[in-house]
Amino acid sequence: MASTDTPPKLYKAQEPIFPKRVTGTFRNLKWAIMIVTLGIYYVTPWIRWDRGPNLPDQAVLVDMANRRFFFFWIEIWPHEFYFVAGLLIMAGLGLFLFTSALGRVWCGYTCPQTVWTDLFYTVERWIEGDRNARLRLWKADWGFRKWRLRITKWIVWLLIAVATGGAWVFYFADAPTLLRDLLTGQAAFVAYGTVAFLTATTFLFGGFAREQICIYACPWPRIQAAMMDEHSITVAYRDWRGEPRGKGKNRRVVAEKAIADSRLAGSLVTGQEPGSTTTASPDIQVLGDCIDCNACVNVCPMGIDIRDGQQMECITCALCIDACDEIMDRTGRERGLIDYLALTDEAHEREGNKKVPILRHILRPRTLIYTALWSAIGIGLVVALFVRSEIDLTVAPVRNPQFVTLSDGAIRNTYDIRIRNMTAEDTVFRIGLTSEEVLRVDLEGSQDLMVEVPADETFLQRVYVIARPDDPAASAERTDLRFWVEEFGTTERAYQSQTFFGQVPQ
Amino acid sequence: MTDPKNNLQEGDPETTGHEWDGIQEFNNPLPRWWLWCLYATIVWGVAYTIAYPAWPMISGATPGVLGYSTRAEVVEDIARYDALNTDLRTQLTDVELAAVTQQEMPDLYNYAIQSGRSTFATWCSQCHGRGAAGVQAAGYPNLLDDDWLWGGTLEDIQMTIAHGIRNEEDPDARWSEMTAFDEILTDEEVSQVVNYVLDVSAQEADATLVAAGEEVYLNNCAACHGDNAMGDRFLGAPNLTDRIWLYGGTPEAIEETVRYSRFGVMPPWSGRLSDAEVRATAIYVHSLGGGE
Ligand code: SF4
Ligand code: SF4
Repeated sequence: MASTDTPPKLYKAQEPIFPKRVTGTFRNLKWAIMIVTLGIYYVTPWIRWDRGPNLPDQAVLVDMANRRFFFFWIEIWPHEFYFVAGLLIMAGLGLFLFTSALGRVWCGYTCPQTVWTDLFYTVERWIEGDRNARLRLWKADWGFRKWRLRITKWIVWLLIAVATGGAWVFYFADAPTLLRDLLTGQAAFVAYGTVAFLTATTFLFGGFAREQICIYACPWPRIQAAMMDEHSITVAYRDWRGEPRGKGKNRRVVAEKAIADSRLAGSLVTGQEPGSTTTASPDIQVLGDCIDCNACVNVCPMGIDIRDGQQMECITCALCIDACDEIMDRTGRERGLIDYLALTDEAHEREGNKKVPILRHILRPRTLIYTALWSAIGIGLVVALFVRSEIDLTVAPVRNPQFVTLSDGAIRNTYDIRIRNMTAEDTVFRIGLTSEEVLRVDLEGSQDLMVEVPADETFLQRVYVIARPDDPAASAERTDLRFWVEEFGTTERAYQSQTFFGQVPQ
Repeated sequence: MTDPKNNLQEGDPETTGHEWDGIQEFNNPLPRWWLWCLYATIVWGVAYTIAYPAWPMISGATPGVLGYSTRAEVVEDIARYDALNTDLRTQLTDVELAAVTQQEMPDLYNYAIQSGRSTFATWCSQCHGRGAAGVQAAGYPNLLDDDWLWGGTLEDIQMTIAHGIRNEEDPDARWSEMTAFDEILTDEEVSQVVNYVLDVSAQEADATLVAAGEEVYLNNCAACHGDNAMGDRFLGAPNLTDRIWLYGGTPEAIEETVRYSRFGVMPPWSGRLSDAEVRATAIYVHSLGGGE
C-alpha cells in the first residue's frame, strides 16, 4: 500500500449547500404540490363532520381510546382492519408503479423531508438572501447582523416545526378541544411529547440535516433504485449533446478561429457532432451545448453535479432542468440539455434518432400491470365499503370443557358472542340459531333471546346451546350450526357458523 | 494492495486500499452528525448503567443510584389499582348479591366477574379446573352443570366458598358423612342396592336384583337420599336419579361408594380471601351457566 501523507479521515463533515433560487415549470409544479400537501396536512383535522350525538364531529379522526377510525362518512372498526391493510398494499403498489414509471418522483416532489426542507430553504432565502448572499454570510464573522439573521431564521423554522408537530396530534383527538387543552396545559403528556418530538425532528431534519437524511438515513433511495429499470424516467444530462463543455471564453476563441478561417465558418454550432474535430483544423474542437455555467450545480439542493451522471444522491427534483432550460433559452439552444430521460434514450438519441415521448416510456406492460393490480384492490375496497353490514358478530366457542352434561342428560355447549352495533342508536338484537337439529338457545342472565347493545359499542353475551338427550346432536361428535343476530324489527341478519360437540356414547 | 491514489479521478475520495477483481472501494467517511450520535449513545449507555440497575453480579445486579426497582413499581401499581377499586369493593360487600346484574349494575357486575375470574384461576382452578368443569374421577364437582349438592343460588355458593365442605378448620363448614356399608351389608345386598341405584338413574340393571335392592335401599340409604332417591340438599346428599355423578355412575364406581363411602373436602376461604373476593367469586361461579 502506498503511503499517504495524511491518513484518510474516518469521518466527514457535512458540506454546506447553498441552492440558488430557480424559476420554471418544475419549480412551479413543486410550489403547487407543496401548497396542496401542506394545506391538506395542516387543515384536515379542522374539518367538521356532523355524525349525530355521541359520535365525534371531526371529519378525519383516529380515535385510539374507542379504537375507531373516522374518515368523513366512513367509520372503520378494528375488525375491519383489512381496509387499512388494503390501503397499505395500494400505497406499496402505487410506489412500485410510480417508481418504475417515473423513478424517484416521490423523493423529488412529495416526500415530507423534501417538502419541509424546501420550505425551510424558502424561509432561509427570504431572510438571508439568495445563494451569494448566504455564502457571504456563512463566511462572515459572527457579528450582530449574522446573529440577527440566524436567530430570525431559526425562530421562523421553529414556528413551522411547532405547527407541524402540532398538526399531527390533532388527528388523534378533537382538534378544538385539544388545542385549548394544549394551550392551557391540560393536555395529556403523550400529546406534548408527540408535539415536542415532531417539532424537534422537523426543526433538525428540515433545517440542519437536510440532504444528509436522504443520503444516509433514508432507506428509500436504495429500495427505489432496485425498483427502477432502464425504461424508468429519471433526471439526466444529455452528455452526447452537451460535451465537450466549454465556457464562454473558449467558445469565443473557437468562434474567432472559425471566423478567421473561412473554411471553418458555421462548423461551430451546427452541422457537426459535438466533440468532433473539424477536418480543416484538428486543434479546433466542436463544443457541445453545455456552456459550463454551473447553473445546474448551483440550484441543486443535494449539492451534486448531474453532469457526472446518475448519482444516488439525486432526488430527481428537476430543479436543475429548470436552471439549465433557462440557460438554453438565453444561448438560443434547444431546451432539454438536462431533462427527464430513460436510460435507453442515450443510445437511441446518440444515433441521431428523435426523442422518445415520455408517455411511451411510461406506458409499458410493467406499469400497466401495476396499475391494473392497484385499481383492482381499490375497487375491491370500495365495494367492500358499500356492502359491509352495520351489525357484526363473532362467536367464540368456550371449549374448556367442550360440553357439559346436565342433570336430565342434555348436552350443553357454551359460546361467547360479541355483537357490534355500528349504528348510531341503541339497538335491540335478537339472537338465534339455524341448524338441522332442534336445539335450545339460552342467554346468560337474560330471560328472552334479546340483548340491547348501546350505540356504537361492542357487547359480549354468553350463549348456551342445549341438545335434549334424545336429540341426535347430543350424541353426535359434531353438528354444524349457524348463529344469527338480527336487528329487532328488521330482517337484516348477520351470520356466523359454529360447531356443536356432543357426547359420543362409548 | 494497490496504490490508493490509483485510477482515481479528481475529487474522488481515497480508496480503502483493497481491491477485488479490479474493483476498488472508496473510503467514504461517515458524516459527523452520525459520529456524534454514536458518541452520544455511548455516553447515554454509561450514564444509564450508573443510574439504573444494570450489571449482573453474583447475587443480584448493581442497584443504580436512582434506586429504581421494577418490583417496587409493581407494588405501587397494585396499590394504585387497589385504591381505584375501593369503592367497588365496599359496594360489593354491602349490596345484596342478587342485585348485582349486568342490566342493573353493569360496572359492579363487570368488576365482580373480572375479580371473581382471577380469584377462581388463582385459588379454585387447581381442583375445579381452569374451565370450572371439575374432575369426575377425583370427585371435584363440575360447577357448570345444573346440579348442586348444597344448592346453587348466589347465597348457597357464597356460603360454600366462605366455609368450605367437611373441613375441621371452620365450624360453619357444610358437613355430612356417608356411612361405609362394607361391614354392614353382605356382598349380595351390596350388589342388589347397586343395581337398584342403576335402575333409578335409568341405566341398565339386573331386574331381579333391583327388586331386592329397593328393600336394602329403603332400610339403609333412604334416610339421607330420600325415599324417591332424589337426594337432600340440606345434607348434601346427592340426587341419585339424575345423570350427574360426582365420582362416576358406573356399577364399579357406585359399588365403591356404597362400600367405602366418599368424603370430599373443600377448604374454607373466608380467612384467606376478603369478603369482596368471596362474593365476587360467587357471582363469577354463578354466571358460568349453572347458577340457580
Ligand atoms: S441533480 Fe440535484 S437539482 Fe438535479 S434533479 Fe437531482 S437533486 Fe435535483
Ligand atoms: S446549467 Fe446547463 S449549461 Fe449550465 S452547466 Fe449545467 S448543463 Fe451546462
